[in-house]
Amino acid sequence: MRRINFDRIMAFLFILPSILAILVFVYGFIGWTAWASLLKWDNIALIPKGSLFPDVAFTKFDNYVRLLTSDQRFQIDLRNTVIFTITFIVGCLSLGLILAVLLDQKVKGEGIFRSIFLFPMAVSFIVTGVVWRWVLNPGNETSGAVGVNQLFENIGLPFLKSAWYTNPKILYIQPASSLGTFLSDIGLGFLSSPNFGISLAILSVVLAATWQMSGYTMALYLAGLRGIPEELREAARVDGASELQIYRSIILPLLQPITLSAVIILGHISLKIFDLVSAMTGPGPAFATDVPAYYMFDTVFRGNHFARGAAIAIILLLSVAVLVVPYLSYSMKTEVQQ
Amino acid sequence: MSAGVRKKFRITRIPLYLALILAAIFYLLPIYVLLVTSLKSYADVNLATMWSIPEGIHLDSFIQAWNGDPSKGTLGLNRNFMNSIKLAIPATIFSAMLGSLNGYVLSKWKFKGANIIFPAILFGMFIPYQSILIPLVQTMQGWGQATRPFLNNVSTWNMPVYFEWVKTLVLTYTPAYGTIGGLVLIHVIYGIPITTLIFRNYYTEIPDELVEASKIDGAGFGGIYRYILFPISMPAFVVVIIWQFQSIWNEFLFATVITNKAEVQPITVALNNLAGSFIVEWNVQMAGALMAALPTLLIFILLGRYFMRGLLAGSLKG
Repeated sequence: MRRINFDRIMAFLFILPSILAILVFVYGFIGWTAWASLLKWDNIALIPKGSLFPDVAFTKFDNYVRLLTSDQRFQIDLRNTVIFTITFIVGCLSLGLILAVLLDQKVKGEGIFRSIFLFPMAVSFIVTGVVWRWVLNPGNETSGAVGVNQLFENIGLPFLKSAWYTNPKILYIQPASSLGTFLSDIGLGFLSSPNFGISLAILSVVLAATWQMSGYTMALYLAGLRGIPEELREAARVDGASELQIYRSIILPLLQPITLSAVIILGHISLKIFDLVSAMTGPGPAFATDVPAYYMFDTVFRGNHFARGAAIAIILLLSVAVLVVPYLSYSMKTEVQQ
Repeated sequence: MSAGVRKKFRITRIPLYLALILAAIFYLLPIYVLLVTSLKSYADVNLATMWSIPEGIHLDSFIQAWNGDPSKGTLGLNRNFMNSIKLAIPATIFSAMLGSLNGYVLSKWKFKGANIIFPAILFGMFIPYQSILIPLVQTMQGWGQATRPFLNNVSTWNMPVYFEWVKTLVLTYTPAYGTIGGLVLIHVIYGIPITTLIFRNYYTEIPDELVEASKIDGAGFGGIYRYILFPISMPAFVVVIIWQFQSIWNEFLFATVITNKAEVQPITVALNNLAGSFIVEWNVQMAGALMAALPTLLIFILLGRYFMRGLLAGSLKG
């Protein structure tokens, strides 16, 4: 009995450093950042010895109010993040599902195809950014079409040419258009502004990100498909269901939990995307490819606007938490039930 | 009859293979461009011919990317490649060991509150690191200041040649702002959630009866780990080591804020700097990108199976 107690203490002592590290480096630091986001800390105000924060005024939520109401760059960033997240998730899910279903048809060389679809996961976002910046290089007047544009020209599809990540164009509902006037009639006129548009440049970054991450959804879906018993499909076939019907009414519903996991994982990656933007484009023309994570880095480590950066970080954290916390608690609950 | 069936079978499958090959082209396209660009000579790098195969294999781009070009003042990636190795290998080993111990405690020595602590640790895996970045940098800078007198002292040590490595080791791995040791510490700490998760899930599968039986035989906390769990942990170690190595090798955000000098920067930061400077030609950039990608690509090619497992573990229910 005494032995067991001694061992219990040993066990706890072994995990204690990790618990303390997480407590300080995750929760403590988050708390620090949250407090810093409420200060008027806009320059290199040094932190006095023995103190955690510089001696600056407390401003309550001023930094957040400013970001959310009057900071033009942050408004653009929010728009970009929403577009990035939606197109990235939709792209990865659909491409991943299609590839998984194709690979599930007992194809020859499945292993090779799987590796080809998955290898981008193994490289850094920095490598992806550097390479795609070259592939999607739009060229200039003296160079003519280069990169993918040149490829499109050569294979006779010149209409597919694009300015890619240098495209400053924002697609949005024109206020004067019929949809724009309709929106303003029903009191939603604010929607017809560039702040609710689609930045075309960021879609190039989404393309690179999808190239890197869609293999992951493919792998998840393929694992899911392999887990569905063959008898289920057989039974449906006997009942006269077509292959398409089997996929639509039996297999897709069974894959829903996988879709949920994939949305959470991809969503939190896209909300905090930084490396890829940094390597591929930076903020881009008129912040067309700027994202909150990049703004935070820029404003803190280049501009010394500590409190503003902290506020952006907390907004990022909250948006990720909304996604992840329910998922974590759900996973834990189902595990306990098992 | 059977030949007819087989033929029909094949024709209907042509679109299937066509689609797969098209998809494969999409994934391989950047690698093709990477390879043909990096293998071209300077004279041959021309925007207009970027898709064409190089005329002969030229390794000048690799040599320039690796060694740098003094005439342009660009630094080579060789040092940064070594920095990444010095960073990724110890960080991976420490973080795997820590994860294994944590997983062992959380699966076989559940204490009161473990059910709250485990998800609380896991949450650390999902946070955007921006939300801890400012205090992290401040803390590391504080440690940098605190350890500077010591490190200055160390660099004046007069070591016998045989023990010069001790000095290098201390200077490299003392955790602080601007040292590789600082990055090792950060990666070990923020690696706790994922490594703990993988090991805990792995050890949970191992029957508790095995542990109970050896308790009756008199084995304690250390003995059970040493003689029962550790010897059968290899599969989990392989998964965790591969996962941590590739994430640490590929990591950029911590590296860019913690290391400010080229002498200590890992390869991702150096590659980003190389690509950001306008005087560096595309072929050199591509050669640099290939160098940065090669170690993790090789691991993927050789040990892809284990890589997959880490990937699926990352989605919690692996």
